Amino acid sequence: MAIRRGRGMAAINYPTGMNLGGDPTQALVHSTPTGNFMVTLSSVDLGQGMKQIMAQICAETIGVPTDRVIIDTADTDTGPHCMGTFASRGTHRAGNAVIQAAKEARQVMLEVAAEELEVNASDLETDGQGNIQVKGAPQKSISIFDVALSAHFKRGRSISGRGMFLIPRSYPEKETGAMKPSTCYAHACTVAEVEVDDETGEVTVLTVKNVFEIGRALNPKMVEQQLVGGSWMGISHALYETTEPYYPNRDHGGTDFNQYLMPGPGDLAETEIIVLERPSADGPFGAKGPGEMCANPQIPAVANAVFDAVGVRIDTLPITPERILRALKAQAAG
Amino acid sequence: MELRKDYFADVRKDGLHEIGQGRPRLDSPGHVTGKTAYFADRNFPGMLHLKMVRSPHHHARIRSIDTSQAEKHPGVVKVLTAKDVPHNVYTILILIQIGPEDETVLADGKVRWKGEAVVAVLAETERAAQEAAAKVKVDYEVLPAVFDMEEALKPGAPLVNEYHGQNHYLYDSGECRKVRFGDVEAGFAGADHILEQSYQSSPIEHAPTETTGCVVAPEGNDRFTCYTNTQAMFFTLDNTSIILQMPGSKLHFVGGTVGGGFGGKVDVIVEPIAILAAKLTGRPVCFIYSREEEMQISSPRAAEKVVIKDGVMKDGRIVARKVTGYTDAGAYSRHSPYGAQKGAAHYPGPYTIPNVWIDTYCVYTNRTPSSAMRGFGVTIGDFALEVQMDKLARLIGMDPLEFRFINAYRDGDMKAHRQPTEGAALIECMQEASRAANWPVAEKYMAMSSYKKGA
Repeated sequence: MAIRRGRGMAAINYPTGMNLGGDPTQALVHSTPTGNFMVTLSSVDLGQGMKQIMAQICAETIGVPTDRVIIDTADTDTGPHCMGTFASRGTHRAGNAVIQAAKEARQVMLEVAAEELEVNASDLETDGQGNIQVKGAPQKSISIFDVALSAHFKRGRSISGRGMFLIPRSYPEKETGAMKPSTCYAHACTVAEVEVDDETGEVTVLTVKNVFEIGRALNPKMVEQQLVGGSWMGISHALYETTEPYYPNRDHGGTDFNQYLMPGPGDLAETEIIVLERPSADGPFGAKGPGEMCANPQIPAVANAVFDAVGVRIDTLPITPERILRALKAQAAG
Repeated sequence: MELRKDYFADVRKDGLHEIGQGRPRLDSPGHVTGKTAYFADRNFPGMLHLKMVRSPHHHARIRSIDTSQAEKHPGVVKVLTAKDVPHNVYTILILIQIGPEDETVLADGKVRWKGEAVVAVLAETERAAQEAAAKVKVDYEVLPAVFDMEEALKPGAPLVNEYHGQNHYLYDSGECRKVRFGDVEAGFAGADHILEQSYQSSPIEHAPTETTGCVVAPEGNDRFTCYTNTQAMFFTLDNTSIILQMPGSKLHFVGGTVGGGFGGKVDVIVEPIAILAAKLTGRPVCFIYSREEEMQISSPRAAEKVVIKDGVMKDGRIVARKVTGYTDAGAYSRHSPYGAQKGAAHYPGPYTIPNVWIDTYCVYTNRTPSSAMRGFGVTIGDFALEVQMDKLARLIGMDPLEFRFINAYRDGDMKAHRQPTEGAALIECMQEASRAANWPVAEKYMAMSSYKKGA
């Protein structure tokens, strides 16, 4: 009886957005009298940071710092339609809608600034710090604060914009399955190292090295939190979780966190995250949806590592000590 | 985390002001100091608590329901049964024209899974609602149940859901969603090795910190405000409008700050009955799942069975792949027909294979209806595909990582569902993994690129 070490890998891809499309999201953007920008949506932040990302996307597009943007979301009396937060679609769909709305608002903002500076709007640029200046002559500038005041109280202009993003729905051809499921795909490759105790069947995940290609890390810190969390969830799916431990038998289902097994802090592997960015053709600043796919490759990587360690295949999830011991026993029996 | 900017630098514009910056989240301080308001932080004077009477049987006919003792219980204000729900038989994907309506808000004549909602009790306190729920008497005639997908698909199996008429979803393509590409049998005939393997998973809970729920307040003008943690505001509002036969203009949903979703909050379960209760009582109502309900009543990730048959050459090329996927929907559709179909679009994985045959089935059994979860239609498929890849590599005596380089899709490659590959990056992920994990592969694989074939 011994602790045996093994290593396994897996490579995957994952579609961004609702399968087959047809899932619209809208956004509205307007400026306050003092040049802050309100983004109105009905998209839901599940804790992943949707509001922050929409603020950064709007800020980049209009050309102001992110703290000048306020997100008002998920009130159906005020927010325009969003299909929902699922299918790794939030950043991609809502982000594109926000860009379109923010571009329209930016155009009005530049037109008002042009009138104030007595130049052509096409000669203006934003400095990203809250000012609009003449290209090549930055000393000739006006603050966005003053532009918004002028628009509201002097020029009678609404610095606002409407945004809509929809990928037309694809219908699978009945006999061949020809279809367009998605417009862009994220990618990943994971290598997991495990130790398996061949006496108890217990698996310890030592290290998980994940390489994720996600189009564009719009906010690298938030991408990191999502990718690390996803990697842990993958380990949890591989080794611990189920509501029906003896599926298809309905008995023995957990009803609280004492009975429903998930890894505790001490069970989590040393986790490495490497991010590559190949911008997607239609994502906001090239972004793809990283939310779902980051929890997938660890499952087969751990399964393959368990085989590498003890030479038995567990083709049923979760890979419990009981299943490993039964397989080892069957293997010993030849 | 490390950002490897050297990959794809030629197609990426860096140096933006706000994008690419790791700005602190504006909502984090509220989250970590407990000041963020979630739906359950709403409290209204006179708010009623809703508790469900649930089926103790996997499959049973309801002979009769007696609510008289429950109604007399101190603190009970209202008891609701199927006849109180205006459009009781519904299905949520009807909004995107995926029917038939196959599920009841409150069971009518039959229960099809253990835990199914039968009677809703509204009381002044949570405890009174719970105690009164225990006093509802339901007379059941227990029926044979089926739990195993293969058993469910056999002729003569107990029929789980009469609205479907058979124990699988009927697509326009027939009993399964199909993908046919090349000639899979010719591929197998020409292969050096054939490997057919079966993979299985069990249902998985989303386990969000915050359980599913909502708080409903009548606005006093025939409108109702529903504070909810749904993942999809208008999807839930529009489905509620259908179920309650109430114009959408009477409904006001407020949400958007949720303590974890993972796909578990897109089923439209708590809102319609809570709004109906608020309408019929004229009182605010809260309906919040207990942890037990979250784990055993709310939809889990479906159990799946995936059978993969591959034809592979000694040189590492996969020449044919046949995948049969089964998604255990439980007793009702919810999002499962969509998930099974997403699987058909995902197979055969990120590999270029000339001959592919895919069938994905959505199967009904007498268990908690499954629905969406992170990686919907794909997660278990990836487990099966990537374990299969490991087995194939070992079968032909090849390094598992090198084996994947040989088959990896690249820009321009035609996928089985007849879309050309665009924006591939699998090869680069594997090259970086080779370096990071010190898993060396032959130089020719490190020189490959997703950009074009034959690099």
